[in-house]
Amino acid sequence: MIVKKEDLKLVTSYSDYSENELQLEADVLVVGGGPAAAWAAWAAASQGVKVIIVDKGFLGTSGAAAASGNGIMAPSPENWDKVLWERYRASKNLASLRWIERVIEKTWLSLPLVESWGYNFPKENGESVRQSYYGPEYMRVLRKTLLRVGVQILDQSPALELLLAEDGSVAGARGVQRQNNRTYVVRSNAVVLANGGCAFLSKALGCNTNTGDGMLMAVEAGGELSSMEASNHYAISTAFNATVTRGVPFIWASYTDEAGNDLGCGYIDGRRDPAFLPNALLKGPVYAQLDRATPEVKAVIEKSHFIAFLPYKKAGIDPYTERVPVTLVLEGTVRGTGGIRIIDDHCSTKVPGLYAAGDAASREFLAGLASGGGGPNAAWAISTGQWAGVGAANFAKSVGAYGHERVVHAAGQVGLKSASPTSVTFDNEAIVHGVQAEMFPLEKNYQRSEEKLLDSLAKLETLWQQVRTTPKQDTVRDIETSRRSAALVAVARWSYFSALNRKETRSEHIRVDYPETDPNQRYYQATGGLDQLWVRRDWLTEPIATPPVLNTQPIPALSKS
Amino acid sequence: MIELVSHKLCINCNLCVQVCPTNVFDAVPNQPPAIARQEDCQTCFMCEAYCPVDALYVAPESHTNVAINEDDLIASGIMGEYRRILGWGYGRKSNSELDTAHKIRQLPRPK
Repeated sequence: MIVKKEDLKLVTSYSDYSENELQLEADVLVVGGGPAAAWAAWAAASQGVKVIIVDKGFLGTSGAAAASGNGIMAPSPENWDKVLWERYRASKNLASLRWIERVIEKTWLSLPLVESWGYNFPKENGESVRQSYYGPEYMRVLRKTLLRVGVQILDQSPALELLLAEDGSVAGARGVQRQNNRTYVVRSNAVVLANGGCAFLSKALGCNTNTGDGMLMAVEAGGELSSMEASNHYAISTAFNATVTRGVPFIWASYTDEAGNDLGCGYIDGRRDPAFLPNALLKGPVYAQLDRATPEVKAVIEKSHFIAFLPYKKAGIDPYTERVPVTLVLEGTVRGTGGIRIIDDHCSTKVPGLYAAGDAASREFLAGLASGGGGPNAAWAISTGQWAGVGAANFAKSVGAYGHERVVHAAGQVGLKSASPTSVTFDNEAIVHGVQAEMFPLEKNYQRSEEKLLDSLAKLETLWQQVRTTPKQDTVRDIETSRRSAALVAVARWSYFSALNRKETRSEHIRVDYPETDPNQRYYQATGGLDQLWVRRDWLTEPIATPPVLNTQPIPALSKS
Repeated sequence: MIELVSHKLCINCNLCVQVCPTNVFDAVPNQPPAIARQEDCQTCFMCEAYCPVDALYVAPESHTNVAINEDDLIASGIMGEYRRILGWGYGRKSNSELDTAHKIRQLPRPK
């Protein structure tokens, strides 16, 4: 049976909002509104195919990159080797040298394009230094470029579920236009998921649009995730403005406790100690004062990390002379590396026609279980966005002109269907708080143990049973938030189930009951499943690489974190 | 969180409704937009960056409401601060050229 376009709503109905459904067709559909999505859309359009991009928020303000500034892992070629080995070492032998190198190279080659599109990089000795960006300006330039090359952008249009053809390949997506009170469906021959990681609505800067929707959509369609134990990255911010998660200014901080006792500056042997702040905060309130910043330092960090100084200025605080309480905000898989498992150089997933890019994808090849951080993630978005965009365009061409005539069904399974009018409803706010109560506390997610993980998984299972019931769908907002609740619970379960099954401490995955890194556990852990969770060890077969002997002056992190 | 859409300054262009990534505002016919879902505000300041007339104020407090006074805020000159930092707006030039991030690695670290 061939389903005509006008019959599609009967196949995938969300109660009353499909009446005025917007129905569109494209060769490639990109889901997301940050840099990875923008680069994917641009790259696909460059292959001569029709591209539609749909974003939950606004392409230009959505996501972690737009709302700040970022370093970019784009060293000049004479430093490629040094950065390559620095990244490899940080990954504790889990990253792939080949992938790090191709990300650096692709990023380096791409940034002159951004300049040609109108972004003004700073200059040194007359040469552009393309190693960081001001987020709002970068995304403004990318948006303008997409419109110029004919990409159709649907803002304020969260995608909710993928469409699948009968052979299991992806055939588009469905969602809601939250400011127009209607559903939309985009039929396409390929889809790129570039809708970010998951920070569990922690308000980490720009991250509340990153609620793991892509991971849920991918798993429901038959995809897999990987390295989801790397989902507990925390970042420092002030407590009054527990959102601007920018660590660089705190390099020059001194810390004190409530009573004013000196806690030091968080360094061991000249290196920042990642355990310092979590351990101090587990004992009680911690205050920071940026009193080690010299005038030279101040001049640099105020122009690179302006977003960190805006809250101080508004609150009338001088951070150099006043003690300010600080906290750690969970950034989940946004700066952690877990995400949709990509299976080849084109960023394909296990689902034919479905591609993943940016923070939605696992960054294990780049960072193992260590933080992708700002700089590497920015480069990852630029490079994987383009690979996924080209991969999707080629796949779309191979499907051909009749792809939109395929019989399709909607793949969404949780937090969506309104099967019976007498449905049980769940309280979205309670679900979100329930997830956050398991994911936010340092005691649970930073100091992981079997006992605590099992306890949290039991509580998350209860929440899962709730989002498995039929949600209230009185408004388009209900549909969006119930689906978001489902994604948050799902991502929390995959994170903790993966953490439970990796019985060692490695990079940011800290198990207090297995405090050592086990050299025999050199694998990426795949995971997935909805009601029944599973993990699989994908053993690394490449031998551990050893760096050539060269001058090993440590490279400071490119990340702004 | 967003605390103010200044009726004294707003020109009802509804750009903030369009650009807010978490859909906090609702357009109101012939009036400034309403802060309809303040609890969804993530304090990213992006609406301030886009507002062409500096009519919005996002307080730095991310998790608590604070009392603000519209006249005091306007008089203080803080309105539109993010837009000035970025160099956005009529007669301005983007400040992205002033980015110093690449110099951080060369800075002296504290001992």
